Amino acid sequence: MQKAINKKSERTAAYLFVVPAVVLLAAFLIYPALQTIRYAFTDYNIMRPDRIKFSGINNFIELFQDKNFWIAVKNTLHFTVLVVPFQTALALALALLISSRRRGVSIFRAAYFSPQVTSMVVVAILWTVLYNSNPDSGLLNALLVKLGMEPCGFLNDPKTSMNSIIFMSAWQGAGYQMMIFLAGLQGIPKEQYEAASIDGAGKVKSFFYVTLPGLKNVIQYVIMITVIQAMKLFTQPYVMTKGGPQNSTRTLVYYVYEQGFQKRNFGYACAVAAVFFVIVISLSLGMKKIIKAD
Amino acid sequence: MTQKQRARLGSLAFYLGNTLVALIFVSPLIWMVSSSLKPESGIFKGLNSLSTFIPQGASLNNYQEVFQRINMWKFIGNSLFYVLVIIILDLFINSICGYALAKFEFKGKNALLTLVISLMVFPAEAIMLPMYREMADLGWINTWASLIVPFVAKCFSIYMFRQFFMDVPNDLLEAASIDGCGPVKTFFTVVLPISGTVYATIFILDFVAHWNDFMWPLLVVTGEEKRTIQLAIQTFFGSKPINYGPIMASLTISAIPMLIMFLFLQKYYVEGIASTGIKG
Repeated sequence: MQKAINKKSERTAAYLFVVPAVVLLAAFLIYPALQTIRYAFTDYNIMRPDRIKFSGINNFIELFQDKNFWIAVKNTLHFTVLVVPFQTALALALALLISSRRRGVSIFRAAYFSPQVTSMVVVAILWTVLYNSNPDSGLLNALLVKLGMEPCGFLNDPKTSMNSIIFMSAWQGAGYQMMIFLAGLQGIPKEQYEAASIDGAGKVKSFFYVTLPGLKNVIQYVIMITVIQAMKLFTQPYVMTKGGPQNSTRTLVYYVYEQGFQKRNFGYACAVAAVFFVIVISLSLGMKKIIKAD
Repeated sequence: MTQKQRARLGSLAFYLGNTLVALIFVSPLIWMVSSSLKPESGIFKGLNSLSTFIPQGASLNNYQEVFQRINMWKFIGNSLFYVLVIIILDLFINSICGYALAKFEFKGKNALLTLVISLMVFPAEAIMLPMYREMADLGWINTWASLIVPFVAKCFSIYMFRQFFMDVPNDLLEAASIDGCGPVKTFFTVVLPISGTVYATIFILDFVAHWNDFMWPLLVVTGEEKRTIQLAIQTFFGSKPINYGPIMASLTISAIPMLIMFLFLQKYYVEGIASTGIKG
């Protein structure tokens, strides 16, 4: 009898506990997600919400012929393909630099982590100033000239603009991954290093035969979250370049923003957003599968 | 070379190497703070020498100018307000949901858990257009509600809470039940008091995430009244007269709240990041 009452009151409590979150998720995640798909098949213009017409797959046909859409895809992939290995390697290097337990190590850790404590907008504005193409007002060009090199156009040159954003983003984000790596490094048993050292392995060898294999899962995880993060690139081009010069930093999310809110092609922007969503989800599912397969 | 000498050499290499790398690494931030203290004419002088990192004739004039030109306190206050409200609601709503998923038996439990896990990687950027439309329909554009309500329920938080509550021993709950505690009361009087760490971890993870919010406030905040700090410094960066001293001062000021938050909650943030990585 007592048990039955417990079961019942437990069930009541359970529904009481999950309902608020479920209602909010339904209203502000699932509903807009379904709406994205719905609008993607319409000619919805934000100025004419009263006149939404179903337009079949017109938006998607247009999309595949839209040069700017493909440029946005290319730019997003350019960013992701370069920033992920660069940032991951940088984060791992920093983690290795401070992995030994010594006094004062927390000061260095804080230093490598400090760009994370400053927001992306702050960092983006700061680096826009640092990247100034004039060596008399841009710190990085002043340094290049001092080292006897040609000044670089950085954000002003379509050839270097995306790479400049990549460099800055890796610098800002590496501290986060470094923390994950530090935790991973602590999980590698000391005996493995001792065994490697007895076998005559030097620092380099034990890195390749002990550290890297020991971090395998962590590295996979870090790569996965960095890829997903990278695909969403928006703030940096918005603050630093407005997608330019010559479209060289216009990303998928930026294109969604531009089409939806500046050009007011809501339906079309939803189609781009839907494609963006499919790309991100397939990437994350694909990576999960690879990780599981191991 | 003796063992001791070798250890000393390693120690020396460690400190020298790290000091050098750390200085290079934070040099952009040092330059930011240094420039914020310089007179406008001194900022781009001697860029090619190390003296550019040292503020000569340092003063707080740029900071004064920032506060004269824009209402920094208000924008920081706005950000603190909406971020803290999101966090408080997040902690409450997602923790009870996570607890139910960890400790209760009910119909649809597995389906809900699967849903939560699969929505964890959902990119919010993909749904911002209809979400904007939804806000407009609700009459929420340029209100606190549009900044707060859509972001309260979070699959990631629910999952983190569930993982934590899974480890709470069942004996403890049974003991409370024998003492006559109902399941709701048990949660609030027995489980909650021993769960400080997970709450602190979600608190700081949430704070960092939402303090950085940029794209969504850009869409739904139209005037100065609800302007967030990130929008404010971005607007300030583009507004005339463009003086770099005050710009650098505004950047420095806007970083302070997060810095303070870190001084207190750093430990939980590090643990939070680390645990997501290992369990992930």
